[in-house]
Order: sequence, then C-alpha cells, then structure tokens
Amino acid sequence: MIAIIDYGVGNLFSLQSSFGMIGAEAVVTGDPAVIRSADRVILPGVGAFEDAARKLREAGLDGLVREQARAGKYILGICLGMQLLFDRSYEFGCHEGLSLIPGEVVDMTPVIGPGLKVPHIGWNALLLTKPGHPLWKYIRPGDCVYFVHSFYGANCGDAVLAETEYGAMLTAAVGRDNVLGCQFHPEKSGPVGLNILRAFCEMR
Amino acid sequence: MITKRIIPCLDVRDGRVVKGVNFLGLADVSSPVRLASYYSQCGADELVFYDITASAEGRALFTDILREAASTIFIPLTVGGGINTVDDFDRVLKCGADKVSVNSGAIKNPSLIRDAARRYGSQCVVLSVDAKRVDGQYRVFARGGREDTGLDALDWIRRGVELGAGELVLNSIDTDGVKGGFDLEMLGAVCEIADIPVIASGGAGCIDDFVTLFKTLPGVDAGLAASIFHFGEVTIDSLKNTLAENDILVRR
Repeated sequence: MIAIIDYGVGNLFSLQSSFGMIGAEAVVTGDPAVIRSADRVILPGVGAFEDAARKLREAGLDGLVREQARAGKYILGICLGMQLLFDRSYEFGCHEGLSLIPGEVVDMTPVIGPGLKVPHIGWNALLLTKPGHPLWKYIRPGDCVYFVHSFYGANCGDAVLAETEYGAMLTAAVGRDNVLGCQFHPEKSGPVGLNILRAFCEMR
Repeated sequence: MITKRIIPCLDVRDGRVVKGVNFLGLADVSSPVRLASYYSQCGADELVFYDITASAEGRALFTDILREAASTIFIPLTVGGGINTVDDFDRVLKCGADKVSVNSGAIKNPSLIRDAARRYGSQCVVLSVDAKRVDGQYRVFARGGREDTGLDALDWIRRGVELGAGELVLNSIDTDGVKGGFDLEMLGAVCEIADIPVIASGGAGCIDDFVTLFKTLPGVDAGLAASIFHFGEVTIDSLKNTLAENDILVRR
C-alpha cells in the first residue's frame, strides 16, 4: 500500500487515480499509523513553500517523514513535495526544509535569461543525468513530462537524476538512496508519468 | 526547451459535448468522457472542459462527468464555465480539475482572480477572454459572447495579470468558428503586453493554421481548438508531425 500524505496542501484526486491506473493501492492519509504501515510514501504539494512547510510541521508529519526516510522506506516528493526534501528554500524569505536531499530551492528568473516566461508551465523533455537509475526504467530519450513551477532545486550535487532545459538546466528529479523527488507532475504526464510511478513502485 | 501545447476544448451541455459556430447553432458531438480519453491517448497536451449548462441539474451532471474524466485521463485538465466564486473553484478542483478558467465571473467581480490566486496559486487561475473588434478597439464580451462589456481587452488583460492570473486564453470572436485561421493581429497585440502563457483560441481550420500561428507568433504557448478535432478533420498526431517538420517543438 502507498500512502499519499494529506497535510491540507493541494488536490490529491489525480495522484490517487494515477496509482489506481497502474494497479497500485494508494490511500490519501494524514494518519501517522497508516503512513508507518505503508510500503511507500508520496509527499505531494502545491503552492508556496513556507505555507506547505508550516502545514506539514503543524500536522506533526515533518518528523514522521524524516523517520520513515531513515527507516529506509521509499519516499517520492512531487513538485513542492520534492522541494520540501531540500535543506532550505528562498521563496519569500529563507525557510528550512527536511534536509533529506542536499540542495536549496531558488527562483529560476535570474538564471533562465530574458524572453522566457515564469512560471515554467508545460511539457518539457527529461534529460537524464543518471540514465541507469531505476526510476527511469521505462523512459526513452526525448520523453516529455509536465512542469508547473517558478522555483527549482539548485546545488543538489550528485543527487540530480534528471534535468530539463528552459533557458538554463533546471533540476527535474533528484534521489539519494530511498528518498526521491520530481519537480514535474508524473500524475499529469500521460503514459510517461504513469511509467515513472510504476518504476517507483517497483524499486527494491 | 518547452514544447508548444495542443489543447482540444470540449464544450459540455447536459452531459454531451457540443460546439457552436460563432457561439450559435450548437450541434451534438459526443460523450465527454469518451472524447477526453481519446484525446489523452492520441497525444493532446491538455484538455479544457467548458460547462455551458444553465441548470443546477446540468451542473451536477457536469461535475460527475468531470470526476469520471479526471480519473481516467492523466494530462492537465482545465475547467471553465459558470465560475463565479472561490467556492466554484473548490467544486471543480475537488472533482479533479488542475486549473480553472474564469471569464464573465471575473468581469463581474475582478477580485475573484486575486482571491483564487491567493488560495490556489496563480498557476491554477486561467483568464479566458472573448474579444471582438468594435469601434477600432478589441472589446471584451461576456456571457458567452452575447454581451459587450465596453472593456478594452488589452486593459482587461493587463489588470487580470496584475490580479494574479497565471495563464491567458484569448478567444477571438471575429475568427471563432470561421475556420480561416487564428486571429494573428489580436494575438500579437496580446503577446506584447502579457508575460504569462498565452493560449490562442478561435479560428483554427486546418493544420497550416497552427504552423502559421507558432511561426508568426513565437510568444504564443498553445493552440486551442474544438470542432476541427471533434469532427476528425485534423488529428492531433498529424498536426504534431507537421509542426515538428516545421521545426516547432512539440511533445510526441
């Protein structure tokens, strides 16, 4: 069973449906007992970093996510959920993250150059930094996924699994051992996205 | 680099997809869930469900259909039509919409854009503008193109962006349903002033219209159309192949 952590941020309907589509049982829950009993954990999120980090903390789930990560459970952060895995974010101030993946969340505006719109919205190609990673088991060169974001993960070192090109190379996915994150929305990325979720479910 | 998006639009009334010509003369096309699933499988980048229902029963049926579509397709889904309050945002987002498009409701009450953007983020708020040439200006029309609001479209778009709209759909009433091509002049004027993604709507009649759109106006991010897709005159696949042959980046 997969636990999709519900901490009052965003709409989890599509995410839950997408696991149903690949034949994986997923529950939307904020209950620590259910999250502990799950085989895998999804940390979703949309909106502003500070608000999401506060809600996760107020729900008492920040410590639980760290505990589950240390216990070796596979965790996938999606979009803002990925950004929460980093050390800190500079979105409207400086806010601490979960420090499960090295890196910090910064505004893309200064690096992408003029003439490109922010947020980065739409389908963009995955450029695999670590093509052999199990998350990319079903991915072919040129496969596109759906992005919606204005900030991105920088200084992630060797945790970067894939990038995407939008005036600059932006982090598209990260991973360190059992903790993974993707900036794009796999649940909105058609068959390619479903295959990434399938590969995540198959990771051992 | 980011790809240009192709977006079929499904006008839904009483549980069925309909499409008008110049907003009049609606003709039945198909089941929304079946059509959505077909588009999703054949490479559409996004879908728009537009609720043109008048009754409460029709609205309830629409949300049921939306929920069913959202649980079977896994590409972004925008919902518009009858969005007047933040509660309306809530209603369709809970049924699986990713973005919500506002039109007449925002003209009546512009703070709807700001309130919704604060609550759900700008990426969720799509400003849809129906515009038509009147007395030498681009005039905003409300209520499905029936009511001249007197607003200048470029002024209204500037205001909408300031209030927090995250994307813009520009539908030219002058070219809508005529199938003579997108309104490049009006779209060009809008691209000059909008620094958010611009989705062109109204007038697509053939594949070349999309090629011309993206070649002439690199600032346009997506092309939206209804009848040419619904009636099978243009398939998403052949459209994308031709765009790629013309060096326009598309997802395939």
